[in-house]
Amino acid sequence: MKKELKISAIKNGTVIDHIPAKNAFKAAEILNLKGNNNVVSVATNLKSKNHGKKCIIKIGQKVLTEDEVNKIAIIAPEATVNIIEEYDVKQKINVNLPGSIDNVIKCLNPQCITNKERVNTKFSVIEKKPLKVKCNYCERCFSKDIELV
Amino acid sequence: MFKNRDILSIHDFSKKELLHILATAKKFEKRDKIDLLKGKILATLFFEPSTRTRLSFTSAMEQLGGQVLGFATPGVTSVKKGETLWDTIKMTEQYVDVIVMRNPIEGAPRLASEAANVPVINAGDGANQHPTQTMLDLYTIQKTKGTLDGLNIGMLGDLKYGRTVHSLTTALSHFKTNFFFIAPNALQIPDEYLEELDKKGLKYTKTAKLLDVSKKLDVLYVTRIQQERFPDPLEYNKYKGVYKLDKSLLEHIKPDLKIMHPLPRVDEISPELDETSHAVYFEQAGNGIPVRKALLALVLGKVE
Repeated sequence: MKKELKISAIKNGTVIDHIPAKNAFKAAEILNLKGNNNVVSVATNLKSKNHGKKCIIKIGQKVLTEDEVNKIAIIAPEATVNIIEEYDVKQKINVNLPGSIDNVIKCLNPQCITNKERVNTKFSVIEKKPLKVKCNYCERCFSKDIELV
Repeated sequence: MFKNRDILSIHDFSKKELLHILATAKKFEKRDKIDLLKGKILATLFFEPSTRTRLSFTSAMEQLGGQVLGFATPGVTSVKKGETLWDTIKMTEQYVDVIVMRNPIEGAPRLASEAANVPVINAGDGANQHPTQTMLDLYTIQKTKGTLDGLNIGMLGDLKYGRTVHSLTTALSHFKTNFFFIAPNALQIPDEYLEELDKKGLKYTKTAKLLDVSKKLDVLYVTRIQQERFPDPLEYNKYKGVYKLDKSLLEHIKPDLKIMHPLPRVDEISPELDETSHAVYFEQAGNGIPVRKALLALVLGKVE
């Protein structure tokens, strides 16, 4: 039996799969779906073999920037990003956490300079799984409750 | 290796670099005034009060023939008028060759170093780092014990909030130290530092009772319970005065134990210990001079 697609295929654009369902709306925020005029499909709470419940997002006409891919890596380290052209997968990108993350994560230390003056945040990735990051300015490490800028 | 380098965090220095700084400091032990930094100007930007650190940088610069300008409280500056740190530094670097900065905002010195083309030395940024203190602590241990390797080092007092303890633990982890963390449970060293030691395979003991471990120690590093770091004054009242070292300790220690303290002390070390051969805390404060002379000469490229 052919597997039924939960959301329709797109002709050109990007498909992001294996986003943990709990981070579906964070992903929507990162990808700025609110301001997107193209066809966007979001399916969440789908069954996933390996990750409990997952979310898939399909965005017509859009190719993710490197910055967006890096941001997705923070909330969905197992995500796959497929670039679609004429209904075919043109390119598969495995998201990969970079060694350093610029201006994506908010520092949770209220005494940090990045929360006092207009400064782009910079974090180093200390551990990838589970994610642990260190603020380059105040040198505090964070692993839970990571907030985006 | 050090010319134009910023001194921001102990994490930025390898063992080899730390040893090089200590070896350079040794060459600057003599008190004579020399002209090594003649024509060079140091700015001391102290956005938070400090006596020891500011005076010792000033003395170090002047002993090397350089000049010092700056402020000791931010009330007299444009910062009060809302000037950003970035602009303050961009302006300051026009006038000077090196900047020493203390700022209660954590990470402010690193931001300053990004703005400045001259070297920036962190003289303390809130609960984060005070690398020159750590370097003079290492220098004191090396000078009084003859080595840094394989010592039994006790840290006592506020190990949770005390940045000197955190930085010194990181620095000593290069030297096969056996650590003894002595503090009430609520003020014990944060787990992230212990994880660092675990990764390096170093031994440590945690206890609330000094006398349980005092006989083993080569160095006892005492810290003040810092009221200003406590979010809740009631919490502070619970722990102030929890350790008070006096002559009764002498029966329970090695004859060559050295007691250190970053100062200022409140009541954690009785003055009756000052005259004993164990007390090295004033000498430790004095060691700020050769270490800071060495750092100024290194970052200004006047010694290799």
